[in-house]
Amino acid sequence: MNWELVFGQIKWTSFVFAGMIENPSLSEAIASGAGSLAVLGAIATVILLTVKGWWVPLWRDWLTSVDHKRVGIMYIVVALIMFARAVIEAALMRAQQLSAYDGGGFLSADHFGQLFSTHGTIMIFFVAMPFITGLMNYVMPLQIGARDVSFPLLNAISLMLTVAGAMLVMVSLVVGRFSTGGWSAYPPFTGIEFSPDEGVDYWIWAVSLGSIGSTLTGLNFAVTIYKKRCPGMSLFRMPLFTWTTLCTSILMIFAMAPLTAATIMLALDRYAGFHFFTNGDGGNMMNYANLFWLFGHPEVYILILPAFGVWSEVVATYSSKRIYGYTSLVYATMCIAVLSFAVWLHHFFTMGQSANVNAIFGIATMIIGVPTGVKVYDWLLTMVGGRIRLSTAMLFHINFLLTFILGGMTGVLLANPGVDFQVHNTLFLVAHFHNMIIPGVLFGMFAAVQFWFPKAFGFRLHEGLGRASFWCFAPGFLLAFFPLYWLGMMGATRRTFEWSNPDYLPWLALAMLGAALILAGFAFMTAQFIVSVRRREELAAPLGDPWDGRALEWSIPSPPPAWNFAVLPQVTARDAFYEAKKDGTAYRSPAGYEDIEVPRNTATAPLIGLFACAWAFGLVWHIWWLAILSFVLIWAVVIARSFATDTEETVPAATVRAANEAFLAAVRAAPGVTRDQEMTAANRGRAIPESLEGGAGALAAGAAMEVTR
Amino acid sequence: MSLSERLHPGINLAGTDPESHEAAEEVLFGFWIFLMSDLVLFAVLFATYAAMSVQGIAEGPRPAEVFDLTAAFLETLLLLLSSCAFGFAMLEMKYRENRRGVLGWLLVTGLLGAGFVGMELHDYYVMITAHGAPPQASGFLSAYYLLTGTHALHVSSGLVWMAVMAVQVAALGMNPAVKLRLMRLALFWHMLDVVWIGIFTFVYLYGVVS
Ligand code: HEM
Ligand SMILES: [Cu+2]
Repeated sequence: MNWELVFGQIKWTSFVFAGMIENPSLSEAIASGAGSLAVLGAIATVILLTVKGWWVPLWRDWLTSVDHKRVGIMYIVVALIMFARAVIEAALMRAQQLSAYDGGGFLSADHFGQLFSTHGTIMIFFVAMPFITGLMNYVMPLQIGARDVSFPLLNAISLMLTVAGAMLVMVSLVVGRFSTGGWSAYPPFTGIEFSPDEGVDYWIWAVSLGSIGSTLTGLNFAVTIYKKRCPGMSLFRMPLFTWTTLCTSILMIFAMAPLTAATIMLALDRYAGFHFFTNGDGGNMMNYANLFWLFGHPEVYILILPAFGVWSEVVATYSSKRIYGYTSLVYATMCIAVLSFAVWLHHFFTMGQSANVNAIFGIATMIIGVPTGVKVYDWLLTMVGGRIRLSTAMLFHINFLLTFILGGMTGVLLANPGVDFQVHNTLFLVAHFHNMIIPGVLFGMFAAVQFWFPKAFGFRLHEGLGRASFWCFAPGFLLAFFPLYWLGMMGATRRTFEWSNPDYLPWLALAMLGAALILAGFAFMTAQFIVSVRRREELAAPLGDPWDGRALEWSIPSPPPAWNFAVLPQVTARDAFYEAKKDGTAYRSPAGYEDIEVPRNTATAPLIGLFACAWAFGLVWHIWWLAILSFVLIWAVVIARSFATDTEETVPAATVRAANEAFLAAVRAAPGVTRDQEMTAANRGRAIPESLEGGAGALAAGAAMEVTR
Repeated sequence: MSLSERLHPGINLAGTDPESHEAAEEVLFGFWIFLMSDLVLFAVLFATYAAMSVQGIAEGPRPAEVFDLTAAFLETLLLLLSSCAFGFAMLEMKYRENRRGVLGWLLVTGLLGAGFVGMELHDYYVMITAHGAPPQASGFLSAYYLLTGTHALHVSSGLVWMAVMAVQVAALGMNPAVKLRLMRLALFWHMLDVVWIGIFTFVYLYGVVS
């Protein structure tokens, strides 16, 4: 019997535990521990689902759902789970670097290499991307007054492809090892000659699955925004988050293709002896650098633009003001999106192109600072004269403004090729991009969770614990990354697992402290979820508008019904819902109701995700029968699905009427809450608009409520 | 704007109701965007080929030594004719709703497309055996095989799709969903034609001339 035909290159020594048995060390013990954690986590989940009897609801209500709201929530759950892993890896790296002075340390070089590779890969592709995608999924259709995205099933398939990629990275904890080539996987190091094992293959297929999912998402959302806006919502009446979603989607459509090309070429080099990026035989590694960063630079804007959208919504709402400079924010977004394709070369200033080319790309890079600066001023001016409430989301926003500017300035420094020659590949760079990505993207997503959570689940998050997490995250971030600027300037290189310079130690210690604080922030955030779920009765805000919101998503119940809007709204202005509240036209009963078609749940997407994961696993381990079989199965599912005819079900008008009239009656009966009562149990989600509060305002509010009766 | 002004090219539903038209709008627009992202992929492959065909020759053969222009020209003809045949299939669909007509023309399209793929495989065979020019020989050849191979793979999946559509036309009849899929397949097929014209011009003609 030829076992290789069955198991490919998997041997018993491929399992992480074998390393521990064969040559025990602390490094191996940690690897085995992580592997056991993955296995135990999976077992614990299975047991929990079985004991609680949750298999059926999980399958029926979630995994097979094509509702954009559920898909969005699942994306964010994936992001949070992967975040937990990647942040622990980050702390581990910090601990290693701190203890690694003069040959100390507890990790092997190889293990450290896997850590920064999985950390970077996971954070970018399986934390940040799913987080923004999930958020866009949840919020955008509600903001444009749509019932769903244009292609709901495609949406679910994108999710499941991303999940398949994430699963693959998790599997690499147990079977085999991951790449040591970093998140950018530069050849020739990642070529077959220098990385002959399966690590790079894990990277290739995980990233490919994620990027196919993202391309499909971009396409889906762009079409949704162009075609599914409710009557009256012209482009320049769209909420800013929707605007950033549109630009992000367009970036996804264009930027993921170069990555796919790069991963395919790398795979062909590795599997079939092609010569795209090899040393010699006409291969050219620079082509990889070009392709990768042709994706990689737009990618950072794919991540930051949705966060910019979040900041715009958050600052306007918690300042109780119209956003300042709406039009300039829109144009700034477009400028950034276009420029993001013009600067990729700043990622390899030092790799031998001419000084003129470097100068041009350096200048192009600095120009992006201009529209970004416009945005920062708009956000600041929105706060001027506003009635600011320092909620958790708003705290994150203010922290973002302060620290993002510092990160931006170090970016302008790096855009100067002369400076870049000095600090590239040092911890200065690591400090810079974390400085952009953590206060910008990650905290942006945290703020978004605080902001839209009550919309998604019908109850607010516990505010005290939210602030506690903020007060760990914000200083934690400063401590963890600002020392790295110093370290970088002292010459500490990135991706280094041990040191010999004692001057580094105090700064590394500070950074370690920061990482610990960040972990504490995450613990508080987890606690916030748990406590909020426990106290969901007193935090309930089912009436849908707890923050005196401005866009359409706040005009419907929380959580929204499957069909989102009982009747598609008609919009006449920006800040559509806020205007309606002000002039008393909000919460009116519509003239009539109609039947609504909603797509039926289907097993198509989870099946495709499962087979895609099996396909990738087969490829990683050269288990050809598995790869071929699952590839065939993927397409069999697609083709079988194309024969299905009964894919939609009808919600009768009577059902819609009953639900909507009950909601409207509850809103009208509820006492409105003022901004001062926002964080109290009185806030059931019926906000009195700020402009109608107090004195004459209260009278007007009364009158407005009268009208709505 | 009236509906007809907003319609995207490629909507061949003739005199159906406005609602199907509106639904078709969204689906076809989405497909156009998909094609766009696919074109970005091809653009990247073209760019790679452009660099590799000059700098990636190494010790291997040069473009002019391995390309057979006659074969490439015949392939071009096959593909153009197949697009033409698909056009007739769509006309049958639009004006006659004629299953047999659609199936007949799909068959012609499929045969021409299969002929194209067959010829290309034969080209590869000749290159590898007679010219000693497999993809492993040099960066240039790697890029050549990837570019043309990706195109051939697209054509092949178009053929599979066509077979599925033939079954659907026969089994489900000319219902709106089937029509919409046929329209998308048509767009896909024509796009592959356009890409091939690029390959023919840039890879073969230009390659042999220089
Ligand atoms: C939350 C706390 C975080 C900490 C403490 C942390 C820490 C680290 C450390 C220690 C490294 C390795 C630096 C080196 O190689 O010398 C690193 C690399 C990296 N991190 Fe983070 N990180 C955090 C969050 C994030 C986030 C949110 C992202 C992106 C969304 C991210 C993306 C990356 C990337 C792309 C790399 C480069 C990996 C490579 O070199 O290939 N990190 N981080
Ligand atoms: Cu960049």
